[in-house]
Amino acid sequence: MIRFDQVTKLYKGNARPALNAVTLEILRGEFVFLVGASGSGKSSFLRLVLKEENPTRGQIHVLGQNVGNLSSRKVPYFRRNIGVVFQDFRLLPQKNVFQNVAFSLQVIGKSRGFIQEAVPDVLKMVGLAGKTHRLPHELSGGEQQRVAIARAIVNRPAILLADEPTGNLDPSTSAGIMTLLERISASGTTVIMATHDAGIVDQMQRRVIELVSGQVVRDERQGGYQTQAIPIQGFDAPPLTGRTTLGVEQ
Amino acid sequence: MRFGLIMSEVGSGLRRNFSMVVSVVLVTFISLTFVGAAILLQMQIGQMKGYWYDRAQVAVYLCTDVASDNNCKLTEATTAQKDAVAAQLKSNTLGPLIKNVQFQNHDQVYQQYKKQFGTATGSDFVTPAFLPETFWVNMKDPNQAQVLVENLSHMPGVEQVKDQRAYLDPIFAALNAASITAVGIAALMLVAAVLLIATTIRLSAFSRRRELGIMRLVGASNRFIQTPFILEGVISALIGSVLASGAIVALVKVFVQGFLNAQPSSTPFVGMSEALIVVPILLVVGAVLAAASASVAIGRYLKV
Repeated sequence: MIRFDQVTKLYKGNARPALNAVTLEILRGEFVFLVGASGSGKSSFLRLVLKEENPTRGQIHVLGQNVGNLSSRKVPYFRRNIGVVFQDFRLLPQKNVFQNVAFSLQVIGKSRGFIQEAVPDVLKMVGLAGKTHRLPHELSGGEQQRVAIARAIVNRPAILLADEPTGNLDPSTSAGIMTLLERISASGTTVIMATHDAGIVDQMQRRVIELVSGQVVRDERQGGYQTQAIPIQGFDAPPLTGRTTLGVEQ
Repeated sequence: MRFGLIMSEVGSGLRRNFSMVVSVVLVTFISLTFVGAAILLQMQIGQMKGYWYDRAQVAVYLCTDVASDNNCKLTEATTAQKDAVAAQLKSNTLGPLIKNVQFQNHDQVYQQYKKQFGTATGSDFVTPAFLPETFWVNMKDPNQAQVLVENLSHMPGVEQVKDQRAYLDPIFAALNAASITAVGIAALMLVAAVLLIATTIRLSAFSRRRELGIMRLVGASNRFIQTPFILEGVISALIGSVLASGAIVALVKVFVQGFLNAQPSSTPFVGMSEALIVVPILLVVGAVLAAASASVAIGRYLKV
């Protein structure tokens, strides 16, 4: 589904790579938490999957395509297979709930009939069936994030990328969002979620990939925010100071 | 569906950026009016050249008793010399280039002089003997007059061979300068117009950056994203082009047809048919420039 092969990402004017020789594979239908401190490379990872950035070195395969070989004309069509959710929701303030979700279908040329059918369906799924005509500022944060998730999945993407989707929400609202993401994952969508929320990661017990300074230091099948097991990756990581991320004596 | 969506985006863009759109309209209007005026001026020059060059003759002035220039030594051209010139004009080298030749003797030249300058001061002193006898030559192709000048200038009894087109050159030079000036102003204004269109489109894109971001995120095609912006630029430039076309047509109608044609003059002027050639040129130039500058301006927002 997603394969990173020795991927390094350097940003201009910064000698330290955002991602350093990252190799990993994410399978269809997996639910993956991406954890790590700010600046550890989580967002860079998501942007590379979305081809918002190109890797400095290495190969990235997403959905069977070599992302590096994708021409800029084909990138939009590639992105239709990937849904994205952000911490700050990114809704259009002057459009109501229905219009916000419908907009993402209109601009990729879906027919009016399809939109009339798909949008109410997805709004029902995220639990906003009764609020289709509200404007974003009339909704709570959790509800706004549900709209954003509805927008991301209305086109039934194979992959859902979530960049700290619960970062602005209180714990109980976050739990609601996680239930929703779990349900989306259960329907076969690969979900990759970058997060700082230890409680959520510990509770879900899903695959956890931990990044430190652009390197994968941990990749656990059913992990918590901090590991209890011996890491299966990351032996070649530089010595870590000030963080007990590995949980074992170094 | 998609067409409707794009047009509503265009409409909201034009409304949101109303003042910028008005300035784009005005700048394209003025610059394209200059472009149109320059084209009309060039057409006018072409038409005048065609008209006057057909009528311009080559004059072969023969020696008189008072002429000391060139081959003349203060002696009247002899009959033999005149015959030689006439024969040369009919010869195999010159004959085929010449449409017709007319000879004027002293009296005929004097009559013509009297007709033209009869009332001028000092004209009383001029006698027929002062004025050179002249062969008036109409060329088949006026551009070959130089052949005649080179061929006849050195013949005995010929004072001077003069291509009358030379008298017209300063007029055409002046008209040309005017037309070049118009083109220069037009070019400057067009640069301003192109930059203004680019700025307007950037502004419009900036005010819609949220929508653009989401469009790119959900995979709207580049063409879908950029079309409203390009149309926005093209529509405002086209309004300017239409105004400029109107100005050109009005100029021809009021100034050329109404004013210049009312003057007593045999000079032909450009008319409606020329103005109607200029109009589509202006529309195309306006639309193409706007489309090009808008697509460059929006390109930055489409980078992936």
